[in-house]
Amino acid sequence: MAYHCVVLAKQVPDTQRITGQVMNDDGTVNRAALPAIFNPEDLNALELALEIKDRFGGRVTVVTMGLPGATRILRESLYRGADEAILVTDRRCAASDTLATSYILSCAVKKLDYDLVLCGRQAIDGDTAQVGPQLAEKLDLPQITYVEALEALEGKEITARRNIGNGWQRVKAKLPVLLTVVGDANAPRVAAAKQLMKYKKARTRLEAADEIRAMNPDAVEAEMAELIATRCEALEAKGLLIKHWDLDHLEADLSWCGRNGSPTKVHRIQSVILAAKESKDVEPTDAGLAGMIHELIQDKIIA
Amino acid sequence: MGNFYRDNDDIQFLFQHINLGQLASVIEEDFRFGGRFDYAPDNAEEAVQNYDMVLEALGELSADFIAPRAEDVDREGNTLNEDGTVTRAQGMAEALEKLAQAQVMGFTLPYRFGGLNFPNLTYSIATEIISRADASLMNVFGLQGIAETINSFASEEIKQEYLPPFAEGKVTGAMVLTEPDAGSDLQAVKLKAFQDDEGNWFLHGVKRFITNGCGDVLLVLSRSEPDRAGGLGLSLFVCEPGPTVHIRRLEDKLGIHGSPTCEIFFDNTPCRLIGERKRGLAPYVATLMNGARIGIAAQSMGIAEAAHRIARDYAASRRQFGVAIEKLPAVRDMLIDMKIAIEAGRALLYDTSRVVDLAVGYNKRVEENPPEDKAELKELKNLARTYKRYAGLLTPMSKYFCSEMCNTVAYDAIQVLGGSGYMRDYASERYARDARITTIYEGTSQLQIVAAVRGVCSGTLEKYLAELTALEYDADVKDLLDTLAEGTEQLKAAIEFTKDKGNDYMDLYGRALTDVAIDLIIGYLFCGQASTKVTLEVPVAPNGSPDNGPTIPMKQRKAMMARRYVEKNAPKIKALTELICQGDRSTFSDYEALIGPVPEL
Repeated sequence: MAYHCVVLAKQVPDTQRITGQVMNDDGTVNRAALPAIFNPEDLNALELALEIKDRFGGRVTVVTMGLPGATRILRESLYRGADEAILVTDRRCAASDTLATSYILSCAVKKLDYDLVLCGRQAIDGDTAQVGPQLAEKLDLPQITYVEALEALEGKEITARRNIGNGWQRVKAKLPVLLTVVGDANAPRVAAAKQLMKYKKARTRLEAADEIRAMNPDAVEAEMAELIATRCEALEAKGLLIKHWDLDHLEADLSWCGRNGSPTKVHRIQSVILAAKESKDVEPTDAGLAGMIHELIQDKIIA
Repeated sequence: MGNFYRDNDDIQFLFQHINLGQLASVIEEDFRFGGRFDYAPDNAEEAVQNYDMVLEALGELSADFIAPRAEDVDREGNTLNEDGTVTRAQGMAEALEKLAQAQVMGFTLPYRFGGLNFPNLTYSIATEIISRADASLMNVFGLQGIAETINSFASEEIKQEYLPPFAEGKVTGAMVLTEPDAGSDLQAVKLKAFQDDEGNWFLHGVKRFITNGCGDVLLVLSRSEPDRAGGLGLSLFVCEPGPTVHIRRLEDKLGIHGSPTCEIFFDNTPCRLIGERKRGLAPYVATLMNGARIGIAAQSMGIAEAAHRIARDYAASRRQFGVAIEKLPAVRDMLIDMKIAIEAGRALLYDTSRVVDLAVGYNKRVEENPPEDKAELKELKNLARTYKRYAGLLTPMSKYFCSEMCNTVAYDAIQVLGGSGYMRDYASERYARDARITTIYEGTSQLQIVAAVRGVCSGTLEKYLAELTALEYDADVKDLLDTLAEGTEQLKAAIEFTKDKGNDYMDLYGRALTDVAIDLIIGYLFCGQASTKVTLEVPVAPNGSPDNGPTIPMKQRKAMMARRYVEKNAPKIKALTELICQGDRSTFSDYEALIGPVPEL
């Protein structure tokens, strides 16, 4: 049986490349100074969806909510084998916390038919791991979090192994289901050549409009609108128009979106600077090792 | 997140330096596929962008997925199961799956079979990148010439059947040529091909040393004309594994452990003829092997690059006598020579690949889409013929130079690492083991020289050098060009001398003649690189990076490299040409006396 997988992805600053130069004085990260990348565990979610498609047939749709620039990760999804990509962008989404984000995403996912919704466990910028579970609640779906292996998919039933830190659980659920996927689940494939060659030209309506404006700086408004419409039609005919949905299209309740829908308040930001201070010799004896492990547990470095 | 394409500044430079747009126009037949296939490019700029993006994806796969598995693949090797099937090392199987997903297993195949229709030059780059990650993976990735041979010579029916699954990476192939008594001398192939009353073909006999002989599509060279000795009795067949194809043995090898080397017994295996009878060796297998030679040259580049990087890294961090060992003159000299040898090989290989692309492209246009204008057609035919000759000269040169070079570099890499390099804790010993086969298979170095030296002495080299001389160069390299012109004159004198002495003398001094010819060609290519219009900043040691470290223009580095290369080779060229002109024939006259009797073992 074929399955329709919806993957939710996020464009994030590459926090692995944080250096002193990209920190603001107040201890926050200057996002503009960091390269924007596909959130790593979302790539694992996409890979799992593509593996399901390879094995059982079906389709993969990738949805992202973000600035128009996030279209880049949608193109990357198409390069890897996604069938459809949808950008949810709207100025009224700005300043959404996880609650608002999961609400907006739930409105988007409700517009689609789906068997599985797949998310990365967490994004490397916020590290909350909240959006996936919140989304499952809003969609009224069973959820399997921390998925490290898909063990079986038969008819309308899924068996997955979830990593619970100090072991694993095997969980069965009825479809439709929401999964959050961890980095150990798989090694994401790279962009596929023919899809790269084709979808490098894929654009959202917004991008197409920007390009038309840049190419025809002197065109008047009506002329411009027509040029843009023609361009978008041509893209659509070739399957290269990436869908763009705004909150009106989602029929979202605005009081649940953006700043209004976000109860999270930042209490305080602390700038933590880790620096090596001193070294400590550990005797290579059982007692020495036991002491070190005890200390690491006390410091909550290991559990 | 590494990338073996992006992190290699010489490849990045050459990608811009070589006129890829021109190649694209020829290969894409003036972009007539754009409307017909949704991924085909509409213009040169887009084609070059495609090459760049696909190589970037491969570079990522090589660095992040393939390279980390290479050590385990080397240790694990392949297993011959009791039922005659072969199980690949896990990492190798996983890598092949990723390559199939990356849609790069039909690199040069036409669009209509699902291929990318990319030039050979980009395939060489890809093969180098893959081989740097795992040399043994090249032995499957680099076998795309099998599909290319089917595309060039087989019937439409066979093409339709095999090429799409090749392009999808669903099948792999093998060139089934070598036999116990037919290695370098393929004219001696004995494996029998015969027909039943209904005209169906069957194969019977043994093949040995077959790379990926456990593959899904086997191209088998066999004797279809029992009464006819030599190459004209041979035809090429295609068959698939089945109950009549027995893998009898997997070889236990020095290197490339991920690549299964099989002995195969064909027990009346049904097969189909490729193309026409009697043409199996020439032109079919000859064409196949020319492509494979370029593949081995690219594999050699990858191994050399990997070996140099590990040596470079070690020399910077290993301290002896109170300093990093790269401060010691003998070590730093070795590191620079390795680096220059690598860039020399790359210059030669990429120009060879470019020439092959033009030869193939022009020939295709003559055959499939000839211009109506007679003068234009004549010109096109001339071009096709000229580039074919250049390809015939440069292909064995590249195979010979790059494979020998990678052995030297891998050897020196161990030397830089010293005792640590000899241990299996470091990859340098694997690189040296993997390198060793490159001067042997697809024609030994000695046979590459036999093929190359004919072009050196026949006037093809002279014509190609004249073409290189006529290019535009910066005034800064003027003195180097003079040195190269002088070397060319010395070589010409040696060639004249050799011609008078006959073919056996030419083969005796073939290596010296070919070495000089290659040094001159690379000298010109380096001078061309030093005169480049490409502006690319590259970091210098130590701790340089394009973002924040000290950088110099690549052009400047190439100028230094050209100077060092040409000036250091000038005395070598003089010595070698003088040696050739000494006329010493003692190898022939004194062999028995000098060598002594065959020892009892």
